[in-house]
Amino acid sequence: MITGFLALYIFVLAAFTGYEIISRVPVILHTPLMSGSNFVHGIVLVGAMVALGHAETPAEIAIGVIAVLLSAGNVAGGYVVTERMLEMFKASRPAASKDQAR
Amino acid sequence: MTLPSYLSTVVDAVYFVAAVLFIWGLKRMSSPRTARRGIIWAGLGMAAAIVVTFFLPGMHNLGWMIAAIVVGVGLSWWVGRRVPMTAMPQMVALFNGMGGGAAAAIGAVELIRFNAALQLAMNLSAARPETAFATSGHLGSVELILAFVGALIGAISFTGSLIAFAKLQGWMDRRFVFPLQRWVNLAIFAAAIACGALALTAGLEHHAFAWGLLVAFFALSLAFGIAMTLPIGGADMPVVISMYNALTGLAVAFEGFVLQNEAMIIAGMVVGAAGTLLTQLMAKAMNRSLGNVLFGNFGAAGAGEAQEISGALKPIDANDAAVMMAYAERVAIVPGYGMAVAQAQHKIWEFARLLIERGVKVKFAIHPVAGRMPGHMNVLLAEAGVPYDLIEDMDDINPEFPNIDVALVIGANDVVNPVARTDKNSPIYGMPILDVAHAKNVIVIKRGRGKGFAGIENALFYADNTRMLYGDGQAAAGELVAGLKTLDI
Repeated sequence: MITGFLALYIFVLAAFTGYEIISRVPVILHTPLMSGSNFVHGIVLVGAMVALGHAETPAEIAIGVIAVLLSAGNVAGGYVVTERMLEMFKASRPAASKDQAR
Repeated sequence: MTLPSYLSTVVDAVYFVAAVLFIWGLKRMSSPRTARRGIIWAGLGMAAAIVVTFFLPGMHNLGWMIAAIVVGVGLSWWVGRRVPMTAMPQMVALFNGMGGGAAAAIGAVELIRFNAALQLAMNLSAARPETAFATSGHLGSVELILAFVGALIGAISFTGSLIAFAKLQGWMDRRFVFPLQRWVNLAIFAAAIACGALALTAGLEHHAFAWGLLVAFFALSLAFGIAMTLPIGGADMPVVISMYNALTGLAVAFEGFVLQNEAMIIAGMVVGAAGTLLTQLMAKAMNRSLGNVLFGNFGAAGAGEAQEISGALKPIDANDAAVMMAYAERVAIVPGYGMAVAQAQHKIWEFARLLIERGVKVKFAIHPVAGRMPGHMNVLLAEAGVPYDLIEDMDDINPEFPNIDVALVIGANDVVNPVARTDKNSPIYGMPILDVAHAKNVIVIKRGRGKGFAGIENALFYADNTRMLYGDGQAAAGELVAGLKTLDI
């Protein structure tokens, strides 16, 4: 179990980590990065699975299924979209391709 | 907590690795060279975390679970593969909304279970309610509070993101304002909090609460997400989406705490913080505070008439425009979202290459929120193959505009509107713009006489040194190319 101050430590340290990661990102990557972080919070799928996994009444199961459905969409969509954007960046990354051309 | 406190070590270990991979992946994603591998690492972590979750002790409803995952993943994958690059911002909004909705739904399941258990225990031991908690209480006080807060935030992010999606997709009127809107919204929010607080207080005292309270809490939270997003103009949507992204992260972290799931807490919190910073960066790029973005538009309805714009629109035909640029020394191309919608970026790049062959110095001038999000236009130009060193940021190119002979504006509107500097009543007042008006000549390619995404008249189009080239972006760019080619004969 995570309780009390241990939880607080995790919350705060994770928050600092997130802040640090983003703070030196060039503008050109803002859109892919927003999409990427959108993918990362798709981890909610794991929680949705747990919630559905121990749901008992029909109402709980119905809401649990909605949760899993939505979060599965979040994960898959977030990944595909981010990957597509970043793939393009790599292919037409001009500095690199130019250096090679010369 | 129904999960045994001894989650099997393997599952814990995999969650730990997944959390590390998310952070590592995001770190890699913040540099263009390593970005692609970053998302793949994060994806591996995610896949592992999902697979081991099936092996948690006491999981039921596996059939439903697998079916929902297959459908959700399948649909999103299909849509995500097909959607054009121009539609990326609304896709992020849509997927983000789904995550927020999932977080809210998790909160709902946990709260329903908690309340049902309380009710059952109350019936069993009506005389001694305190025993109820012992038998039912899989949620401690902190978990209970966070379940409510997470559900509130998740629900707001859900409907808010869906509205943002609908607006960017063009399914919805751009702005929806009525008198006293701010107070109506505040009332909805207060009512949601009140319902949540009443249920929460009862729960904390180990009394079951009325189901109606819970239903009202969720309904009001969802309604607030809609009400809050409706009055915000399209130009501000990127900031709003980024904020909802951060909020979803927070909601996921809170619900992760309710479920005692470390991977959710860490990933959610990292996204919450990263998203908050990203939101600030975007708001700063538009020279607006977040408060101004969220609440600034309410006042706009009664703020008085926009300044009258005098002058006339002066058309030019494509050949003349091509000649003008062919004999110019410096040309700045100012692309906007409209160019990408018309799929004109390839033609424009062809035109730019022809100009460069003639010895014209060509630059692309990019506004921080050109396209619909910071960096979106860079993605779109990269797709067309425009080399990186021809692209200039706003801060670099703005001082150069007086030396530029021709500025070719294609599909950009609000980001070149001088009204942002001059008219205090304008909704975009204060937004930094590209000083295209300072160029010696301006040519604007535009489909018709319509207004920009923010719904405001553009003073640049009426300026003395501006000529309008009417036509679909791609067709107009094609005519420009043809015009240049006839020069060489």
